[in-house]
Amino acid sequence: MEFDLKTQTVREVNQALHDLPKDKASEVVVNGISGDHNLAVGMDQPAKITLNGHAGYYCAGMNKEAEIIVNGNAGQGVAENMMSGKVHVKGNASQSAAATAHGGLLVVDGDAAARCGISMKGVNIVVKGSVGHMSAFMGQSGCLVVCGDAGEALGDSLYEAHLYVKGKVESLGADCIQKEMRPEHIEELSALLKEAGSDEDPYSFTRYGSARQLYTFKVDNASAY
Amino acid sequence: MTMKQPGLIESATFSRDVIHEIQRAAETGIYDIRGFGAKRKVPHFDDLLFLGASMSRYPLEGYREKCGTDVTLGTRFAKNPIKLDIPVTIAGMSFGALSANAKESLGRGANMVGTSTTTGDGGMTPEERQTSKTLVYQYLPSRYGMNPDDLRKADAIEVVLGQGAKPGGGGMLLGQKITDRVAQMRNLPKGIDQRSACRHPDWTGPDDLAIKIQELREITDWQVPIYIKVGATRTYYDVKLAVKAGADVIVLDGMQGGTAATQDVFIEHVGIPTMAAIPQAVRALQEMDMHRKVQLIVSGGIRSGADVAKAMALGADAVAIGTAALVALGCNHPKWDAEYQKIGSAAGFYDDYHEGKCPAGISTQDTELAARLNPEEAGKRLANYLQVLTMEAQTLARACGKSHLHNLEPEDLVALNVEAAAMAGVPLAGTGWIPGKSNY
Repeated sequence: MEFDLKTQTVREVNQALHDLPKDKASEVVVNGISGDHNLAVGMDQPAKITLNGHAGYYCAGMNKEAEIIVNGNAGQGVAENMMSGKVHVKGNASQSAAATAHGGLLVVDGDAAARCGISMKGVNIVVKGSVGHMSAFMGQSGCLVVCGDAGEALGDSLYEAHLYVKGKVESLGADCIQKEMRPEHIEELSALLKEAGSDEDPYSFTRYGSARQLYTFKVDNASAY
Repeated sequence: MTMKQPGLIESATFSRDVIHEIQRAAETGIYDIRGFGAKRKVPHFDDLLFLGASMSRYPLEGYREKCGTDVTLGTRFAKNPIKLDIPVTIAGMSFGALSANAKESLGRGANMVGTSTTTGDGGMTPEERQTSKTLVYQYLPSRYGMNPDDLRKADAIEVVLGQGAKPGGGGMLLGQKITDRVAQMRNLPKGIDQRSACRHPDWTGPDDLAIKIQELREITDWQVPIYIKVGATRTYYDVKLAVKAGADVIVLDGMQGGTAATQDVFIEHVGIPTMAAIPQAVRALQEMDMHRKVQLIVSGGIRSGADVAKAMALGADAVAIGTAALVALGCNHPKWDAEYQKIGSAAGFYDDYHEGKCPAGISTQDTELAARLNPEEAGKRLANYLQVLTMEAQTLARACGKSHLHNLEPEDLVALNVEAAAMAGVPLAGTGWIPGKSNY
């Protein structure tokens, strides 16, 4: 099935995607994309969707089941609140990639901007380039893998998300600390790198996580907030 | 509190309440966190009066002539607008802050009188969806429990940008209320504080919000209305931007609105009174030719049918109740007074919702306490209360000669004092003077 956004609307495409059968993996190609917002949002089918061009905001938002490939860059909030499935951005991603996402895998071949994985709730994110400031802010669970560098305040107010960074970290946010890389973490990271199609050496990464000092409000910690 | 003795003059500046708070702060080193809404007296609907009909207006007969109460919400874009029998809805309150039984009671009560109820920060529970005929799903900054399946099950989506009790502030569900189920719904370990962010994580302004609203519409195939909820502050501008962003319905929550757990200083000192906010919202809508096209739901301290009628006369399409609904269920009921005393409070004063020890079984996750609330009985009490609110509002509307609550208008109102006249934009009683608008 093919669509062309030069002649069709986002509404028409999304409705057709929502009407796809839930019991089989349809293949869909969307051409003519030029920064259109809200592409392939709300998928609940195991379809393989290829988006040829640069996507606007919230591409693949709330994805379930589908495998969505963006042959270009993705705008703000790509794969926001994703539940399952896979989103692969072949270019760069803008800010708030995979914000609040509960599951699935987001792969960004290039860089992701600020607040990548903000408030992540179970999603796995692999960024082959670098991420901007405040990434994984209030991250609850899931993994953020950064093969390049991380900006300021990485993992600020982190809960239980696992952060793996290969390059330099500009600074750590409140309550985020460097942690020991144990065998189970190497195993977890290796699996994610493999799934993302990366040949990076898992032993070259550093793990970061929550110091768990801000888990309950204490007056003694007031200066940390 | 000791009895006042002759010759002892209490300071107006350093009242016993103020002294107590200074002493409490000095002892604990932390600000006061509590539930409930604002307790200070602010200009309110009580400062307005209706001009019943005599000669120049023709009243309708009570108990005989019809006064319509139905309202349709979300007529701007949605394929399936919400149709309610009464214009009093239940405001968003979370499972987590409230017990499952309390949430079920709200649904049952709302169903009985043909109105809607609303989810909250904890997401949508299956019980809530099952027991609520019309359910509004809140899309909150924390996105706890947010998922597209529930989004598609909702009858409307309410994008929450602010709350009347704490515009600009987030929330904190303290660890003691985090049971296994609450923890599971929110993807967080049991027993730790859960913060609700003060801002949405994936947009930074009204232009982004317009795209976000379009996303929600696309996911739901444009079926259901999108509400935007704002705390009453810069209401005129917020309403204009909400309309531009594509809202079907605007929910305006005044400073008297309730909360589950917020700093007292926030509850009492941020935001503007509900009565003062409505005219600003209506002016913004009218200037955009959107009044009645984008519906306005008003909340924050609504207690009686008079409040309902006055809010509607000022231009609201419907109202929402939160704290009053909890009181109707049994919050602060005298029958629990001994238990309130045991935890340092008293019936009529209890506001420590965040501690999870609610003797009435409402703002708690303790299974024994929660079991005290019978959803069928509590639901019936809420339905009774909603019915009374509606009948009271109808009575007042008929007296003003109105055959539908929506026909009430500012012309039906006067103010008891200059402050209320200026805020509500209605004349001071006995005059034609509206401060700032007309010379008398």
